[in-house]
Amino acid sequence: MRRTRPIVLHPLVVRITHWLNALAIIVMIGSGWRIYNWEPLFGFTFPVWMTFGGWPEVSQHWHNEEGLAGALQWHFAAMWLLVANLLIYIGYGLSSGHYRRSSMPIWPREILRDLRAALGGRLVHNVGERNAVQKAMYIGVITVIVLTVLSGLAIWKPVQFQELTAAFGGYDAARYVHFVCMAAIVLFLAVHLTLTALVPKVLPPMITGRTGRWR
Amino acid sequence: MSPIRKIDRRRFLNGGVSLGALSLLTGCDLTDNVPAQRLLWNMSFWNDRVQAWLFNPNRLAPTYPESAVDRAFRYNAFYPEEQAPQLDPVTYRLELSGAIGDKRAWTVDRLYQLPQTSQITRHVCVEGWSRIGKWSGCPLRIFLERVEADLGKKYVGFICADGYYTSIDMPSALHPQTIMAFSFADQVLPRKFGYPMKIRIPTKLGFKNPKFVVALSVTNDYPGGFWEDYGYNWFSGS
Repeated sequence: MRRTRPIVLHPLVVRITHWLNALAIIVMIGSGWRIYNWEPLFGFTFPVWMTFGGWPEVSQHWHNEEGLAGALQWHFAAMWLLVANLLIYIGYGLSSGHYRRSSMPIWPREILRDLRAALGGRLVHNVGERNAVQKAMYIGVITVIVLTVLSGLAIWKPVQFQELTAAFGGYDAARYVHFVCMAAIVLFLAVHLTLTALVPKVLPPMITGRTGRWR
Repeated sequence: MSPIRKIDRRRFLNGGVSLGALSLLTGCDLTDNVPAQRLLWNMSFWNDRVQAWLFNPNRLAPTYPESAVDRAFRYNAFYPEEQAPQLDPVTYRLELSGAIGDKRAWTVDRLYQLPQTSQITRHVCVEGWSRIGKWSGCPLRIFLERVEADLGKKYVGFICADGYYTSIDMPSALHPQTIMAFSFADQVLPRKFGYPMKIRIPTKLGFKNPKFVVALSVTNDYPGGFWEDYGYNWFSGS
């Protein structure tokens, strides 16, 4: 059989935006947790070592402030990376046919069928083929990231974007939406990383683009 | 309490960043990582510009009915309530400086005779909490016009009796809801909320609303701010 060229599973744009998104999401979550700690919505706070935005002791030492300023600086810097990267990714996905090929069609019945198979340990994962549960997960997490950005804008600009804030049910409600979206992303990450650990052969294609197979 | 370190932020913009100044300034990460800190500061300056561009001088902050007012309004400062300054209305003066035509100081009586307006708006803190309150007082624009301030200057700076200081952009200063507040919840402004005068700006975060204001300046020289110099975003618009 004549080898021609390697199969490129993930296009370059998808690989770059995937890893930039990973970086942005980690910074946003870590700094967001510290911002949350200043005015918790629920009866708990995040351990400071899990949060992002500088060493609280250093900040305390220099200016009697435990690092909220740093967390805010990181949060409001990384948001530009998150949004710019997201726009490039979505623009590419829509215009190139990437979404159509990778995630369409998707039917509820297939999602349920594959979910049952996955929970029963019977779902076969073929590199390069997405089952219906994966399709739903990726569409879902991208939608949630968009919602996180919108609820974040509603919190950041409750005067200039007051219609958006009102659409989320007001300033305080938007904070809850922002938090719940974050929690959904964390849940996705837990599943995403667990599955990658269980099927490690899916990792190299997200770096090199190649599966090791040739067409 | 934390000492006030006034550090001129324009030095950063001009690229003259000193290691010592940076280590003093930032609440951000990595005290020995200058490039990361410079990047974060530059992103914050970028966010200042974006917010100035987003700011619509005719866009009013949402207002609420009397029933929405939080009667037990939250106290907040960098020191406990008992340490709030107790200003004497007899000796109090509001000093004026900078690009102002009539720099005569103002007494409480004269201030309180200015035309007044009321607002019920949401006070949003940088920490995430918010409270709805009712403030009354004179639109800052009317005051600035009366003292013949140069409204073409970039900044209005405020100095407070408790060592606090902050500054805002001129478009925000001229916004119709930016007021010199003399009363809170239909009572003379209580000591803990800044008697005899605070600046109420519903288009900005809470820390941009200085209490116990004793000096006001109109200037093109960036005056900075107490929290802003620690790394909190300067524009902090809502």
